Amino acid sequence: MNWGVSELTVTFGDTVALDRVSLNAPSGRVTGVVGGDGAGKTTLLRCLAGVVKPAAGEVRSPPRERMGYLSAKSGTYPDLSVEENLSFSAQAYGMPTAEARVRTEELLQRTGLAYARARLAGQLSGGMRQKLGVVRAMLHRPELLVLDEPTTGIDPVSRADLWWLIARAAAEGAAVVLTTAYLDEAERASWLLALDDGQTLAQGTPEDIASSVKGTIHRADQRPTADVATRSWRRAATWRIWTPPATEAMTMPAPDPAQWELVRPDLTDAVTVAALAREAAGHGGRRPA
Amino acid sequence: MIVKEFRQVRRDHRTLGMMIFMPILMLIVFGYAASFDVKTIPVEVVGPTADRIAGLLPTPFKVEKVDAAAGRSEAEIALRDGDFAVAFVTGPASSGATGGGQPAPVAATVLVDGSQLFIATATRAAYAIFAQKAPAGTSLKLEILFNPALETSAMMVPGLAAMILLFVGTIITSLGVVRERQAGTLEQLAVMPFRPRDVFVGKIAPYFLVAAVDMTVVILAGMLLFDVPFRGSVLALGLGALLFLFVTLGIGVMISSVSDNQGQAIQLALMTLLPQVMLSGLIFPLSSMPPGVRWIGYLLPLTYFVDIARGVMLRGAPISALWPSYVYLAVIGGAVFGAATMRFRAFLAPGGGRGRGAGERSAGDAAR
Repeated sequence: MNWGVSELTVTFGDTVALDRVSLNAPSGRVTGVVGGDGAGKTTLLRCLAGVVKPAAGEVRSPPRERMGYLSAKSGTYPDLSVEENLSFSAQAYGMPTAEARVRTEELLQRTGLAYARARLAGQLSGGMRQKLGVVRAMLHRPELLVLDEPTTGIDPVSRADLWWLIARAAAEGAAVVLTTAYLDEAERASWLLALDDGQTLAQGTPEDIASSVKGTIHRADQRPTADVATRSWRRAATWRIWTPPATEAMTMPAPDPAQWELVRPDLTDAVTVAALAREAAGHGGRRPA
Repeated sequence: MIVKEFRQVRRDHRTLGMMIFMPILMLIVFGYAASFDVKTIPVEVVGPTADRIAGLLPTPFKVEKVDAAAGRSEAEIALRDGDFAVAFVTGPASSGATGGGQPAPVAATVLVDGSQLFIATATRAAYAIFAQKAPAGTSLKLEILFNPALETSAMMVPGLAAMILLFVGTIITSLGVVRERQAGTLEQLAVMPFRPRDVFVGKIAPYFLVAAVDMTVVILAGMLLFDVPFRGSVLALGLGALLFLFVTLGIGVMISSVSDNQGQAIQLALMTLLPQVMLSGLIFPLSSMPPGVRWIGYLLPLTYFVDIARGVMLRGAPISALWPSYVYLAVIGGAVFGAATMRFRAFLAPGGGRGRGAGERSAGDAAR
């Protein structure tokens, strides 16, 4: 099945949270939604889950029995144990007891939650609680698995476990839609939608998006001069400077090869550049960090 | 620091409201309502010489019904049914009636409803004065029914049972639903394959059971430890409790649907509980309140369940006598419960309810 949204518009009062956004989420694929805080990622997922009513556009999602949803707030009961949380969910979705037990056991073992099965969810570390949330959402083998920031604030080891779970759900045939604020891990998704201020910034495979950058990107070891400040951003200990194609030949001083090194844009660069370009065109008011 | 605190208080309309509302409520309650003094005692006078006795009764007795045709059994029923707390049962005019303008000596038995503790105490005091001043030859007798020793526990235990239903129903239920909202699991429930009714019933059924068990324990403990009588039918009390629980659970769900966190829920629940406890006749007798405050008492559901609990347990009153209380509870219960179900349905529906929490969060995020 091909779940997703078409021309989706969501408003909260006067605020347009999503503006004609379209996204396909076919079975077996991990589809990522990236964007800064307030870009509309959560709203898009809540529409898919059916907890937000769109103002316009179409939402294609399966009936509730065949959908799994992890909200950004985790959605597990802090005062129930790991096992109790899972058995509540299994019962709610009408899973046969024996099947639920086998699947619970397997997922708990694989994610390292097995030894904490009797612990209250409220006493789990952030990473373990997130894993529990994802296990809970995919336990009943949903056709559409919607995960809101499953990896936010999680250490790399737990994140690897989470990605294993996510890949597993997709391998089982689920259409997975997830949001993440981390562009480096977004590359693990097969398809990406980048949102900015409720609008589509870019869409495609991570490679497509990375190679779609117009203009050039240089790396500098020192803070660039003020004339390019609006086109530069910091990455780790270095700076990146974007040179739009139109100005490349004309107004730009020739890059000083001693200071600037031409780089091949990656996904992070591409999304940042897309946001900068949108800002330069007069949309959006916010500079990416 | 002070400025910050004031800013926060100003944002929290509910606390602000409570700070203003509570002193006013306290003033009303303690200024007007909190009175154990019984200033007037409505009485019924029955028996062959009812008219004569009625004419003799001094204040605080206030004769409201005179029925020469009725006798002791009718008077007892009137007391049992809660129509009157005090009845004078007069005897026949003495056969040794003298002429010469001297009234014939009369006899009367004063029946007092001991379940209405303060009225009974006041009656006893007023009776003593009346017995001294009554015309010579008048023979008087005082009989306290239902709670002869005028035990406070007999009055308090049914009231306590009522209060437990109120507390469990309102506070615990409102906390249960708000906890779900606070933990972010309410949204999770909304996407699970539950019908709103399943969630609603699942949410309140446990508290319903807890409240029922609690009430049974209190009543049994009262009977065993304090010898509180249980004269009426368990069914009559059970029906009253059921209706009352519907009201309190409904109020609990309503409170939770307009509260974002447990603190707010408790605050609001207390605001509905305090007036009920103070003005329902649970502690201070309704009849000693001035009419301006008493009518508030008559709006509160607890008033009616206290009436039922005391009537059934202490006086053995049947449903047929207490029916207005049952009807009132059923009407209020139906209304509150219906409204609560609708609110519940609304906030489980897509984009429904007040959309508080996650909904406004995304809106806020988008606006940032």
